[in-house]
Amino acid sequence: MPPLLRAEEITVSFGGRRALDGVSLTAEAGRVTGLIGPNGAGKSTLFDVVCGLRRPRTGRIRLDGRDITREGPARRARRGMSRTFQHLELFGRLSVRDNLLVAAELGPGRRHAARTADAVLARLGLTGVADDAADALPTGLARLVEVGRALVLGPRVLLLDEPAAGQDAEETRRFAALLRSLADEGTAVLLVEHDMSLVMSVCDEVHVLDLGAVVASGPPSRVQTDETVLTAYLGEVRP
Amino acid sequence: MDQFLAFTVVGLSTAAVYAVIGTGLVVTHATTGVFNFAHGAAGMLSAFAYWQLAVGWGWPVPLALAFVLLVLAPAFGLFVERVLMRPVQALGEAERLVMTVALLTGCIALARWVWDPNTARPLTPFLADRPALRLGPAAVTWHQAITMAVALAIAAALWVLLHRTRAGTEMRASVDDRALAGLTGADPLRATRLAWVLGIQLAAVGGILIAPAVALDAQQLSLLIVSAYTAAVFGRLRSLPLTFLGALVVGLLEAYLAGYLPQNDYLPGLRLAAPALLLFLALLAFPHRRLRGRDRTPVRVPLPTVRGSLLLAGTVVLFALVLVTVLAEDDLLSYGTLFPLGVIALSFVPLAGYTGQISLCQLSIAGIGAVVWGHLGAHGELWALPVAMLVTAAVGALIALPALRLSGIYLALGTAAFAVVLDRWIFTLPAFDVLGVRITFFDQGSVTVSGPDLFGLRLTSPSQLLVLSAVCLALASVGVAALRRGRFGRRLIALRDSEAAYATLGGRLLVTKTAVFALSAGIAGLGGALYGMQLQTVTADQFNLIAGLPIFLIAVIGGLGAVGTGLFTGIAFVLPAQLMSGLGSWVHDVTALLVALAGMGLAHSPSGVLAQMRAEWAPLGRNRPLLCGLLGVLGVCWLLAALDVANGWLLLAIALVTALLLRVRAAAAQRPPTDIPPEWWGVRRPWRSEDGEVLSRATIAAG
Repeated sequence: MPPLLRAEEITVSFGGRRALDGVSLTAEAGRVTGLIGPNGAGKSTLFDVVCGLRRPRTGRIRLDGRDITREGPARRARRGMSRTFQHLELFGRLSVRDNLLVAAELGPGRRHAARTADAVLARLGLTGVADDAADALPTGLARLVEVGRALVLGPRVLLLDEPAAGQDAEETRRFAALLRSLADEGTAVLLVEHDMSLVMSVCDEVHVLDLGAVVASGPPSRVQTDETVLTAYLGEVRP
Repeated sequence: MDQFLAFTVVGLSTAAVYAVIGTGLVVTHATTGVFNFAHGAAGMLSAFAYWQLAVGWGWPVPLALAFVLLVLAPAFGLFVERVLMRPVQALGEAERLVMTVALLTGCIALARWVWDPNTARPLTPFLADRPALRLGPAAVTWHQAITMAVALAIAAALWVLLHRTRAGTEMRASVDDRALAGLTGADPLRATRLAWVLGIQLAAVGGILIAPAVALDAQQLSLLIVSAYTAAVFGRLRSLPLTFLGALVVGLLEAYLAGYLPQNDYLPGLRLAAPALLLFLALLAFPHRRLRGRDRTPVRVPLPTVRGSLLLAGTVVLFALVLVTVLAEDDLLSYGTLFPLGVIALSFVPLAGYTGQISLCQLSIAGIGAVVWGHLGAHGELWALPVAMLVTAAVGALIALPALRLSGIYLALGTAAFAVVLDRWIFTLPAFDVLGVRITFFDQGSVTVSGPDLFGLRLTSPSQLLVLSAVCLALASVGVAALRRGRFGRRLIALRDSEAAYATLGGRLLVTKTAVFALSAGIAGLGGALYGMQLQTVTADQFNLIAGLPIFLIAVIGGLGAVGTGLFTGIAFVLPAQLMSGLGSWVHDVTALLVALAGMGLAHSPSGVLAQMRAEWAPLGRNRPLLCGLLGVLGVCWLLAALDVANGWLLLAIALVTALLLRVRAAAAQRPPTDIPPEWWGVRRPWRSEDGEVLSRATIAAG
């Protein structure tokens, strides 16, 4: 069975600099795939390419085997892809509930939008802040609202860009459980995160990006002992 | 060939002026990040000041020039920087734009007030008495030669300033990151001041150089800036050489169009509109990153309740009934325009308030609505009213297509250019046929507009038309409030707050933007048709860009996110001018100046005064006995005015004073709630709008 999402040989250039250089990776249904790497490695750029906000110079994005490279972000969302952002992109002037409602009204369950939004709010424990303005929330909570907004679409592929930033240990533990339950429901989760304990505990597979290229891939246990990965994060260790 | 050379010389001379003005615009923008809509107006004021000194008071030309360029222009630049721009520096791009629009409106009003527009003020070109220079077959006047020489000298001086001096480096550093520039030892404030002084000086040079070639008219001179805008956009608002190139293209194009455009009824307007058309195209052709700015401080959008919006609608209709019963027939026509103008202002709310798309052509679109209604509804055909709205909605949808590529000030600039194209060209066209359909605008004159036939009842009297306009404003307000509460309103706000998130959730940007532009244009078209009915005869001048700016300004002052902005704008635009109309013809200019000044005070209340007023009047609204008392007093005043047994001014004063006193009384009567300690307000229970006032009163009372 082919992977649900496949990025093939993606190249993106900013001016003369290659932000992504022939990156290929896959995300499978029912699995959490981690994407890690130092700042500037190209993780968020890859997310932009996958969700359609940025066109790659070369390469293909396939969903269910279908080439969607030339499709816009809205079309991809309707095919079952949704995401969160590294820099918060909430609808700040709307309430938390309205943030989810906008997504629900655009998604496949638009007939029962209110019910869908309320169910996700309850699942994420956000019912208490449902009527608060989104731009008044602390960062950790705001990131959770973004996750909720993405979940309302009932995505098959969920792209999460540093969703646990700003969360305390307990919140992160609950968030890890949420990710596992989403994967168990059949969602393909692609996770960019700097919290290594979260990545290592929740991911089935991890890809490591450095300077726009995948330098290592595999299960978390193998990746965290990989020499190339350690060099990418810590630099050359000289005796 | 001789003719071609002659036009080339004229074109080069005009290009030199545009280059000077355009570089001033670029210097200001590149250093301060502010796109100065009033740049041309500064040049206009300088030209008037120069005329006053050199011609009016007979000062020697060099002295007058030196005084304007070295004293007045720098002083004006420093005034703009210190008083207008510094308070809004920390606010959003929209606020800075509004400041410069207010300045433009204020400058024009001031010039018209000081220098009577009906008096001709010719300015002699420099060295006009000397014979023209001969360059082969072409003759170059000394004024033209001086203009070109000045442009080249300024180009060289600016290059040296920006690239070879410390001040220039500071200026270039300030635009990228003021705070960072400050940390490296630069002085961003000094750079900003210098940029404003230089920018205004360059505008002054341009204004003085071009004034002899055109009539010394406040509006015309201020709009010459459109050509300079085009040059600056060619330079992507940062490159001086490209700005010069742009100026060259615009100047030569204008000269060749003047010389070679065939003589018929359809094309003279095209020559006048060419710079605006070129600006429109240049904006679309250069989708540079800096041309796609994003405002990070969006307008607040209160959520109106059903009860609140119905109350507003009722107030609008009741207000109309009061006016109908207390005003004479002549006054009804002039006061009655407040409701149609309110409808036009309301069109800003979904477009600019919810979606953040700043359009400066809403009044021009309203003009199309007035014309369509005027022609199709000449005998009161009611179906023509929705048709007028549909036509304007289609025009709005057309504007939405380029709007996808533009945002912020660039969209404002594009819509301003569109308004100028309509005003200078399209509205001046004689009737023509398209696919067998006869299209007529203002018939190169005026169009008579009459009232509709409402199911057998022909509305013709001023009072009937006034009530009709008020009912339309009330319905439109309820409609916009319902839109805000509903699915489409949420989408508009979502689109404004994050286009990226909206798109990745499955939202279609093109569809949503087109829909809101069409909706807003439809509302403006309805307002235009009603405005036409009230005016009875409409001309193109009543719907031009400059006429629309005060309406935009007042809507911003009211608060673009509030549904009540329509009524507020109508009242604020019409009432003061009409109440003072007996005092003289200068009242119009002074009220326009006041609007501009109020706009300049935006920094003190960026969310709009309506939100503030609502908070101030809310205690009275909740205090039943006092509210009943106020309604009683208003009712008695109305009765006395309707029966004409007391002076109208006196009754107005009594009504206002009573309302203000009762408002103060209601605020004082409001006791702080005792159940939750004040330090927990906003934590253990939601923060209420009156809490701030209650706390400040308690603090003052405690000494």
